[in-house]
Amino acid sequence: MDVVMLSRIQFAVTVFFHFIFVPLTLGLSVLLAIMETMYVRTGNEMYKRMVKFWGKLFIINFTLGVVTGITLEFQFGTNWSRYSEYVGDIFGSLLAIEASTSFFLESTFIAVWFFGWEKVSKRVHCMCIWLVALASNMSAFWIIMANAFMQNPVGYKMVDGKPQLADFFAVITNPYGIGEFAHTVSSSWMVGGLFVIGISAWHLVRKNEMELFKSSFKIASIFFLIFSLTTAAAGHHQGQIAAKYQPAKLAAMESHWETGTNVPMYLLTWPNAENTGNAIQALPIPGALSILAYNNPNAEVIGLNDIPAEDRPPVLPTFISFRLMVALGSFFPLLGIALFVWRKKIEEKTFVLKVLPWLIPLPYIAIMLGWTVTEVGRQPWIVHKLLRTSEAASPIEASMVVWSIVAFTVIYTFLGLLDIYLLRKYAMKGPK
Amino acid sequence: MTLELIWFLLWGVLWSVYFVLDGFDLGLGTLFPFFAKNEREKRVLYNTVAPFWDGNEVWLIAAGGITFAAFPRAYAIMFSALYAPLLIILFALIMRAASFEFRNKVDSDGWRKMWDVFQFLGNFIPALLFGVAFANIFQGIPFDADGVYYGSIIKLLNVYGIIGGLFFVINFAMHGAMWLSMKSDGEIHDRAISYAKKLWPFTVALAVAFLAATGFYTDLFANYQKNGVLLVIPAIGVTALLMVRIFLAGGRNHLAWISNAISIFSVIMFGVIGMFPKLLPSSLDPAASVTVYNGASSTLTLQIMLGVVVVIIPLVLLYQLWAVKLLMHVVDDKVLDSDESY
Ligand code: HDD
Ligand code: HEM
Ligand code: HEM
Repeated sequence: MDVVMLSRIQFAVTVFFHFIFVPLTLGLSVLLAIMETMYVRTGNEMYKRMVKFWGKLFIINFTLGVVTGITLEFQFGTNWSRYSEYVGDIFGSLLAIEASTSFFLESTFIAVWFFGWEKVSKRVHCMCIWLVALASNMSAFWIIMANAFMQNPVGYKMVDGKPQLADFFAVITNPYGIGEFAHTVSSSWMVGGLFVIGISAWHLVRKNEMELFKSSFKIASIFFLIFSLTTAAAGHHQGQIAAKYQPAKLAAMESHWETGTNVPMYLLTWPNAENTGNAIQALPIPGALSILAYNNPNAEVIGLNDIPAEDRPPVLPTFISFRLMVALGSFFPLLGIALFVWRKKIEEKTFVLKVLPWLIPLPYIAIMLGWTVTEVGRQPWIVHKLLRTSEAASPIEASMVVWSIVAFTVIYTFLGLLDIYLLRKYAMKGPK
Repeated sequence: MTLELIWFLLWGVLWSVYFVLDGFDLGLGTLFPFFAKNEREKRVLYNTVAPFWDGNEVWLIAAGGITFAAFPRAYAIMFSALYAPLLIILFALIMRAASFEFRNKVDSDGWRKMWDVFQFLGNFIPALLFGVAFANIFQGIPFDADGVYYGSIIKLLNVYGIIGGLFFVINFAMHGAMWLSMKSDGEIHDRAISYAKKLWPFTVALAVAFLAATGFYTDLFANYQKNGVLLVIPAIGVTALLMVRIFLAGGRNHLAWISNAISIFSVIMFGVIGMFPKLLPSSLDPAASVTVYNGASSTLTLQIMLGVVVVIIPLVLLYQLWAVKLLMHVVDDKVLDSDESY
């Protein structure tokens, strides 16, 4: 395998691993801030114990989010040096802004929050967790705007064959990125919601700390319902954004080959092995794809056969990931509504409570599928229509990347298993 | 040109602040197996650094990010050329962070011993390799005009690289011992000071060796010969290092730590300014070197980033200082018994 392929594998491994921890940080930080605000408002010590319990799980997760992020920050240089030199003028500044505006805030105030219970007043303490929540979600904004430049380059002019910053405001209001941000943050808050729901359910079945976990459950179920709806809405919007800026990705998401108007969506689809059409195509919903992409049943949707073969993304992974994500995305609002309706007498629904902890992985899976759609569907471009992935890797030896992939895999597997073990252990132990 | 010059200096400043701050964690972790004699002492060491390592490490991320934003070509070549050492540093930093978080989470001696090993390696290896890497950058590394690197990790371990590495390790160890002295009391406090005092002559010896080798192996002094005023920078570094011992003798540990911080800062700035206008000299083909002229981002990017840095970085320094003051308490039994201790 060549350096490009190896670097892609390494990037995928490390970024997916980072993104196991990121969504929970984004979502749980906000939930913690809400819980602590309730403590400050009511003075009820139960809320303080609640915050400390979820806070402990938060910190375990947070640490791994931090350490796995650092390797990503440098990987653009180590493995994608051609890319870095090409886009540094714009992409690099977004990364630098992320570090200086968000990571400092996050890391400093999480320390004051975690270690400073006795050192600052209740209000200042509560402000610290709000700042952490703000900072981590702000970091998501900057990094996604950087990613959006790769999806849909804007605000640049070409100078000496490289994109150079021309309009900073355009770069940070990239419609592609605004959509990605809304969808990613919504889905991450859902992860936080279902995490709290699942663990609370586990304790409620066992009648531990009923008051604390019922209350956690209630807060989280409202949160989960809201953000399962916004995730679906933002996802629909994101599909239209993709249709507008990356028609090849949209066509791959749907495995749609022939350009046409009033295009149906086939519930049963499977692309053929030659990457030229569908082997199976049945159960059409008339006009559905045209509506999804353009809100208009008569709209024309470009098919893959009208896109040169060398510009087509790999269809199968994009298509499957998209289907599964949407399936999950349709299930979550239903689950959210059910939990919301049941939230007051949830302790009586033993069966539901027993199932809920097992659902915690589902939104994580949906998130991974979503990034697969976004990133694989962007191929063969690393910066859409400007630079191909095949031209972006560093001029280094493949053997180096082989050993670093091995090292990453060993270290990350080890840490990942420990993380799951410890989260389980401390989740089951319950509050003091 | 002034904009590029400002960015060149800021680039050096960010890396220097990183070494000043993370230097004490890296150093204390390096001392860890030699210093901590029993479980309580180990926990004191962990807890003196626990609230700070992340905030310190973000300076590394910021330094990396600023390199990327202001000098993309330097970022691209520096990190792809130094692929192996950089990844080893990152793996080590990952394990050190995990050692803080995981060590106290399972009650078993074997478990704790394993994390103690990672705590040591996770601090010692970056201290050493950063020294080696920066010495090699000062000296120039072999890459061509196309950014292709022709060296290897073995070649980085040349005489000058090794002196740089040892200098970082020993100086950081002293820096860490002084940090410990501020955050502890009783016997640990006294021993930390005696460690710092014992490490001081070695630091001075290595500093002298480093300066001499710099004259021998690099061109850094050329800029200082051209402009004698600049010699103030190494002079401040040397003076600050001497003051460390005086402050230690006088029992003024805070000032001793600050003095060493100034000395670390000056050493990095000494190297950076010596390289000017190069950010990354090539030892293979001087014309291929990345300089502020051929490596900087566009004026608009530099202007916007300058705005960000000028507003944000002082703010960061302010709230980090506030946090440090708040959490600067001595790690005593009360702290060790609290819910949040490691
Ligand atoms: C949608 C959000 C998101 C995305 C797409 C990424 N990250 Fe991330 N990152 C975060 C959201 C986040 C966070 C929520 O802010 C983290 C996770 C856990 C944490 O502690 O902060 C974080 C931590 C984190 C850190 C450590 C910060 C610290 O020490 O405090 C670095 C250096 C990065 N990230 C860098 C990256 C890079 C280079 C990415 C691109 C490939 C990336 N992240 C993708
Ligand atoms: C955290 C969520 C993310 C996930 C799960 C993710 C996933 C992936 C995957 C699976 C690939 C490999 C695609 C392939 O080779 O077919 C990839 C490539 C890549 N992604 Fe992402 N990505 C994420 C976020 C980002 C962000 C935020 C950026 C930039 C700021 C980014 C930049 C890249 C780059 C540079 C590559 C390598 C080149 C390539 O193969 O296209 N990714 N990512
Ligand atoms: C109703 C269902 C959903 C629809 C219609 C939908 C739609 C989309 C589309 C079109 C994309 C890719 C577009 C692009 O290239 O940016 C995407 C990406 C993504 N999806 Fe979904 N999605 C849905 C549900 C979900 C759910 C339930 C989750 C997670 C819990 C999720 C997480 C993500 C993530 C993290 C990404 C990558 C980031 C991004 O591009 O926004 N999605 N989604």
